[in-house]
Amino acid sequence: MPTTATAGPVPDSTGAGRTLTPDFLLPDTIALLEERARHVRLETIRLIAIAKVGHYSSTFSCAELFATLYYDAMRLRHGEPRWPDRDRFLMGKGHAAVGLYPLLADWGFFPKELLDGYTRLGNPLGDHPDMTKVPGVDFSSGSIGHALSAGLGMVMGGRMMGRRFDVYVMLGDGEMQEGQVWEAAMAAAHQKAGNLIAIIDRNGYQLDGQVDEVMGIEPLAGKWRAFGWEVHEVDGHDVAALATLFRRLKQDKTREKPACVIAKTLKGKGVGYMEREAGWHLGYLTPEDEAAAIAEIMGQSTTPAATREDAAQGEAR
Amino acid sequence: MTAANTLAGPVNTGSWQYRQLNSRAPGLSYLSDALSALVAEGHPVMAGTADLQYSNGLARFAARHPDRFVQFGISEQNMVSAAAGIATTGVMPFVATFASFLGLLCCEQIRMDVAYSALPVRLIGHHAGIALGFYGTSHHATEDLAIMRSIAGLTVVNPADGPQLAAAIRASADRPEPIYFRIGRGQEPNVYDDLPDFQFGKAIEHETGSDLTIIACGTMVHPSREAVRALRASGLSVGLIDMHTIKPLDRDTVLAAAERSRVILTVEEHNILGGLGGAVAEVMAEAGTKALLIRHGIRDEYSLIAPPTHLYRHYQLDAAGIEMVVRDILA
Repeated sequence: MPTTATAGPVPDSTGAGRTLTPDFLLPDTIALLEERARHVRLETIRLIAIAKVGHYSSTFSCAELFATLYYDAMRLRHGEPRWPDRDRFLMGKGHAAVGLYPLLADWGFFPKELLDGYTRLGNPLGDHPDMTKVPGVDFSSGSIGHALSAGLGMVMGGRMMGRRFDVYVMLGDGEMQEGQVWEAAMAAAHQKAGNLIAIIDRNGYQLDGQVDEVMGIEPLAGKWRAFGWEVHEVDGHDVAALATLFRRLKQDKTREKPACVIAKTLKGKGVGYMEREAGWHLGYLTPEDEAAAIAEIMGQSTTPAATREDAAQGEAR
Repeated sequence: MTAANTLAGPVNTGSWQYRQLNSRAPGLSYLSDALSALVAEGHPVMAGTADLQYSNGLARFAARHPDRFVQFGISEQNMVSAAAGIATTGVMPFVATFASFLGLLCCEQIRMDVAYSALPVRLIGHHAGIALGFYGTSHHATEDLAIMRSIAGLTVVNPADGPQLAAAIRASADRPEPIYFRIGRGQEPNVYDDLPDFQFGKAIEHETGSDLTIIACGTMVHPSREAVRALRASGLSVGLIDMHTIKPLDRDTVLAAAERSRVILTVEEHNILGGLGGAVAEVMAEAGTKALLIRHGIRDEYSLIAPPTHLYRHYQLDAAGIEMVVRDILA
C-alpha cells in the first residue's frame, strides 16, 4: 500500500485570517499544493483498491483543482464542517468524490480511519458524495446536472441570511450536455450571483468516448459568456495558475457576474497509460499496475501501459 | 441587501391578473397570507415560483416581500434543486408550480436533492388533478400522489381548502422533513370556516356510519360532505373522513372505519392507482379487514378536455356524482 502523506491543511482556526495575495505565491505554497495533488492521486489508488473498481482518471484530472480549492482558495474551519460562513463546494461530477474524501478527512471533518473502509457495508463513503452521511460534503450528487442549481440556491439562501460566502461548483465537461446546467447558468447571471464560481473539468472524455464526438459542447467559453458569465480558461494542472486565478476571483467582492473557470485537464493525469487510454473512465488496477502507477505519481519512473482489468470485470466484486 | 431585490421579478399589482387574484381564486390567497404570517413570526421563509405567480397567487407574497421571493422563470427543475440549496443555508423555501410539472418534470430533483437529502423544502403542487380542465393532459396531474408517495422521506398532504392549507403551512414551520402540498385551483368552496387545528398524519372524522364510509382528500372533501349530508338525510348510515395526509397515512382511522362500516369508498381527484385509494387498499389488505373497498376517481385514463366543472360532473366527482356512486354501491 502506498504511504499517505502526512502534511495536513494549514489550519485556519478563525477561518478569516489569511491574506491571499494573487500575484505573489510563495514557493512553499506551490510545493504544498503539488504535494496535496499527489496525495489525492495516491489516496485515490489506495481507496479504489478497497472498492476494487472506481473512477481513477476522472479524479486524476481534477487533483490539482481539489488541492488548490481545499488548501488555498476556500475559507474553511478545521473540524467545523457546518460552520455557516464557510465556502461551499459542490460536485456535479460526483464520481470523483474518492479524491475529495481524503481532503475532508484532512480538514478534520471526519476521522481518517473512515477512509480505510471506503465503500464497505456501513461506511458512509461511497462512489458518489452524500451530504447526509459524510460531514464536509456540502451537497449530495450522482445525478448529473443538479449541482449548479443547488449552488445557486446556496447563494440565494446566503443572501437572505446576510452571509457572504463563495460557492464553488465543479462540473464535468460531459455534464454540459444536461439542460438543467443552462437553466442554472441563465438564472445565476440574472440574479447577479457574483459569488458563484463554476469550474469545468475540461478533460475531454465522458463514458462513451470523447465529449466532442459524443455530443459536442464547443464553443464552450462562448456559451458561458453568452449566458452572462465571466469566463477564465486555465491549465487545470498548474497549481500556481489556479491559485492565482482563485485568489483574484476571491478578492473581487464587487463582481456581479458569476465566474466560470474552464480548467483544461488531462483525463488520468499523472499515470501515463491512463492519460493515453480513454477506456479508463472506470477501472481497477492489479497490484502490479498499482505499484507502477504509484511509482510514476511519486516521480520515480514512467511505466509502460500495463494489462488492466476492465470495468465489467471490476464491477462484479 | 440591494442585490436581494433582484431575486424577485416584476410584480404588477395594478394588472388585471393581480386584481383578479382575490375574486377569481380566493382559496389561493391563503397560500401567500400563510407565508406572510410565518414571516411576521420571524420564520426564515422564502417563496419561489416558475412563471406562475399570478396562477398560484404568490404575486401577493412577492409584492409584500420582494427580498424573500424568487422568480425562477420557466425552469422548474432548476427551481427545485435551487430550493434544496437554499434549504442548506437555514432558510425554509416554499416553491410552487402546477402539480403536473412539479410531480412529473421534477420527480428526480425532488427525490435526490430534496427528499434523499432530507432538506426542509416545501413543494406546492397547485391546480392538481383535472383542475386545469380544457388546458389538456399536459396540465392535468393525476399521477402526482402516486409518485410523491413512493419517494422515501417525503410527507404528502392534500388539504381540502384554503384554511386547511394555511393551517398545514403553519404546522409545517417547525418540521424538519420535506413536504409536498397538493392543492387545487383556489376556486373550491371552503370546508372549514376558520384556521383548523392541523395535525400531520391525523385524519379528520366528520361523520361515522355503518353502511359506508367515504375517505376523501383535497378538493373531494367538500363534494363528499355534500353527498354525505344528502345520503344521511335519506336514512343511510354514511360516514366521512378527511384524509388530508396521504403519507404518513392514518392507519388507525382507516381500520376503525373499516371495522364500523361494510364498505369503504375512497374519493380522490387522481388516478385510482397509487394515490389515496391505493394507500387505503394497502392498509386494509394487510390488516385483513372484512369491509369491502371501492376506489372512486380517474379510472386509469387520460381525462377528457372540458371546463373543470363539466369534468367533475362527467367523472362523478361532484356532490351529485358521489351521491350516485354511493347509492349504486348500497343498492
